[in-house]
Amino acid sequence: MSTATFLVQCLNAVQYGLLLFLVASGLTLIFGIMGVINLAHGSFYMLGAYLAFALAPWFGDWFLTRLVVGVALAAIFGYLLEWVFFSFLYERDHLQQVLLTYALILVFEELRSLAVGNDVHGVAAPGWLAGGFHLGGLMEYPWYRVFASAACLVVALALYAVVNRTRLGMMIRAGASNRDMVRGLGVDIRRLYRIVFAGGVALAALAGMIAAPLSSVYPGMGSSVLIICFVVVVIGGIGSITGALVASLLVGFVDTFGKVFFAEWSGVGVYVLMAVVLVWRPEGLMKRGF
Amino acid sequence: MASDAALVDAHAEVGALPDIGRREAGGWLVPAAAAVALAALPLVVSPYAQDLIVRIAIYAIFALSLELLVGATGLVSLGHAAFLGIGAYVTVLASGDSGASLALLVPLAMGGAAAYAIVVGALILRTRGVYFIMVTLAFAQMAYFVVHDTKAGGGSDGIFLYAKPTLAIGAQTLLDLGQRLPLYYTVLVMLVLTYAFIALLLGSRFGHALAGIRVNEQRMRAAGFSTTPYKLAAFVVAGALAGLAGLLLAVKDGAVNPELLSWHESGAVLLMLIFGGIGSLRGAVLGAVAFTLLKELFQSEALLGSLASHWQLTLGLTIIAFVAALPRGLIGLGARVRDLARGRAAGASP
Amino acid sequence: MKTLRLACASIGAASFLIAAPAFAQGASGPVKIGLMLPYSGTYAGLGNAIENGFKLYVQEQGGKLGGREVQYFKVDDESEPSKGTDNVNKLIKRDNVDVLVGTVHSGVALAMAKAAKDNNTLLIIPNAGADAITGPMCAANIVRSSFSNWQPGYAMGVVAAQKGIKRAMTITWNYAAGAESTKGFTEGLEKGGGKVIKDLNLPFPNVEFQALLTEIAAQKPDAVYAFFAGGGAVKFVKDYAAAGLDKSIPLYGPGFLTDGTLEAQGASAQKMLTTLHYADNLDTPRNNAFRKAYALAYKAQADVYAVQGYDAAQILANGLKAVGGDLAKRDQLAAAMRKTVVDSPRGKFTLSAAGNPVQDIYLRQVNGNNNELRSIAVKALADPARGCKL
Repeated sequence: MSTATFLVQCLNAVQYGLLLFLVASGLTLIFGIMGVINLAHGSFYMLGAYLAFALAPWFGDWFLTRLVVGVALAAIFGYLLEWVFFSFLYERDHLQQVLLTYALILVFEELRSLAVGNDVHGVAAPGWLAGGFHLGGLMEYPWYRVFASAACLVVALALYAVVNRTRLGMMIRAGASNRDMVRGLGVDIRRLYRIVFAGGVALAALAGMIAAPLSSVYPGMGSSVLIICFVVVVIGGIGSITGALVASLLVGFVDTFGKVFFAEWSGVGVYVLMAVVLVWRPEGLMKRGF
Repeated sequence: MASDAALVDAHAEVGALPDIGRREAGGWLVPAAAAVALAALPLVVSPYAQDLIVRIAIYAIFALSLELLVGATGLVSLGHAAFLGIGAYVTVLASGDSGASLALLVPLAMGGAAAYAIVVGALILRTRGVYFIMVTLAFAQMAYFVVHDTKAGGGSDGIFLYAKPTLAIGAQTLLDLGQRLPLYYTVLVMLVLTYAFIALLLGSRFGHALAGIRVNEQRMRAAGFSTTPYKLAAFVVAGALAGLAGLLLAVKDGAVNPELLSWHESGAVLLMLIFGGIGSLRGAVLGAVAFTLLKELFQSEALLGSLASHWQLTLGLTIIAFVAALPRGLIGLGARVRDLARGRAAGASP
Repeated sequence: MKTLRLACASIGAASFLIAAPAFAQGASGPVKIGLMLPYSGTYAGLGNAIENGFKLYVQEQGGKLGGREVQYFKVDDESEPSKGTDNVNKLIKRDNVDVLVGTVHSGVALAMAKAAKDNNTLLIIPNAGADAITGPMCAANIVRSSFSNWQPGYAMGVVAAQKGIKRAMTITWNYAAGAESTKGFTEGLEKGGGKVIKDLNLPFPNVEFQALLTEIAAQKPDAVYAFFAGGGAVKFVKDYAAAGLDKSIPLYGPGFLTDGTLEAQGASAQKMLTTLHYADNLDTPRNNAFRKAYALAYKAQADVYAVQGYDAAQILANGLKAVGGDLAKRDQLAAAMRKTVVDSPRGKFTLSAAGNPVQDIYLRQVNGNNNELRSIAVKALADPARGCKL
């Protein structure tokens, strides 16, 4: 493999990993803060992608505006969903959470089918991001993919800033380590959970919106991303955002280079990685924390 | 002895929660009567119905195996379908073109599933709670991708069983599972044996140890009890029994497919348990019956017309309503109705 | 005791549920056709198109086939091979159908073929292209009105060789349909003096192609043959263009790469060459009449799937006519179905001994939102039916 090819593959790995991070960070937040297993998280990713498709005719090339609107809509949806459904899950045991969120996936899939049908849809990248830059005669690397990676990095930094530098972040971290104490101190833990949940949904939806031009929009796109996100969260450590970032990048590399070198076994590669990490560190790479 | 003291301690804690070893209404008579009734059914129902009963019985074995893990030991596994699939695939691969004897296939299928269970169990039983659930899912996915992607596994379309197993002594064929009735009765016998085996297991010292682990593992460990070997043993036995269900499924369908190992399948068997009621062997069987029939119902165009094509919605909503309203499942239905009738809050001890 | 009562009640209800359809049927009368197609999920559109095409033909015959009324039974196979056997048994054992028609997904079709063989039920496959069905699994009572995965691939290979392609790469998902299609291409290309230097694949239904596209760029072949369908087809063609590869390395594929996906693929698919046994703008009286009738009846444009459904009904009708509508003469009916000449919108075709269409494969090029006919890639191409003992 030439140097140029190697570098391009690294770019591919990083871009895939960063997108995964966006979805996984939402999952690990919900897990870590509220202790809820949410199998429907992949559906929020799908929601974002379908939002990108639905909003496209209204916003045309105003891509960033579309992203902002989409994220806002998803956050509102998440807020309402938590209020109406998820808030009842906190008292329930893990088994019931698994089953209720599994049933939620079925419902979402069917609602999607009823609302927009089962066809595959394309979403165009905005005009100002079309085309790519030449990589030394090898191939073109699309600008949109660069944008996707950059956007994910920006979000990651913003997440870090919010969690570590704001009051809200402080309450989130406190609620993660001892929710009863936080409640005792007068913080409305229910509203906090609602905000965190809405944030998690918004992150996943944003990932879906960014990914839509890359992966097209089709039924079942939620399930495939969900399982990989679970692996990322297990490897990174539940509740750890830094862990999710490291794990996402690891998974990105294993998947990308696995496809090139071990075509048949590339699907298994990610799980072998997880098994190795578990033998070494049963609680994931990073301890609970941020 | 330290271990006896620990057992006594654990047993005292079990009282307030549904105890899987506790006698349910009717004792042995109810399951025995059900078995006799099922044995007599081929005389009155159609071949299609017999097929359906065989399918339900196989899933009942699958559900019972998971009950050992979830209900008895408190280990929620979201990857149990991997063992079902391994048992099924081993059966098809070992049968080759000319078929094999049941006497060979049963230990192979159960052994194969048990082998994977030992490896996975050793790796993941140090994890707890939410972690445990997720890693069971991930390891099931690993097995799924091995059969789905590699040539050894036959790919995403699955592989066919060209010759169904038989049981023969010398030249005399005792049992040909390619025929409908022998398959029916073989599956029924396997279900009865599985039920009896698990019931006896749970009533034994081993079963009480599992109960103690379920109730409060830390206390067991503090009392000097080494819990990991017990959990591993439960995990392996559950896996082996799921492998048996897989063998029967492969024989019945004549084909295996990677979707047998998917998390949808793992989710479905958990649903069966919660439908029937966690902590009860009858519940596991009842849950398998209820879930299968419910799916048939929701997909039946004859009864639901155009709503049948949206069965995912109706099934999803039903599951949510069910889990929310009846957390103790169908088994707890009687108690719940009584509670409501007497105006008592749900969840009070029966 | 409560649980016992509950159990008895549910068994009773279930028995009624199961027995009810059986009670409803009489001993003779209409031809019972079991449609097992995907009515939900990604392939739902294909399932509907096939059913529409089938029913259109029956309607054109006045609602009767071989002089008998037609009664439909439907099962949604959800494109799930794991449920295939159970689903087909609903039609065979619960509804007691005379003829099975289905399906789209090859894995499910294989289950159907096995069940049809075991129960000696007639089966007409209106899409699934698994080579095995008219290969090792072939049977006298199974025919196909569509294609085998090998056929369009082989034709494309022949075309590529004619264009002077010497070094090619293939890329597809790691499943039977992909493997068979690329094998066909390899055969066609090698026959014309070319060579496939590398076969790339990735797990189904993974759509992260970047790593493999980079590999293609590194190897610089003369052409690439890709087999993907549905969402994967959309993404691959778009990614291929986004990587700038379409400017230097032509992308070939079977029609599925661009059928039903052009609206989503947009500019990235323009001028692509594909091979298929049908082209939308085939200018023959038969095709024009068919497309008009279909548009009138269903307010939608006919596609290759509708044609396959339409022809499935034709095959059945021709067979029934030959035996005078007598379903009891099952073997003669099966033989008659094999011997028909089908006057299809795609052109006339016959069936091989293994039950697969012997048909012209067309070369089409993408222009706007249509796959336009350019020429006939290979005339009267028969699938080699390797492993079929008929």
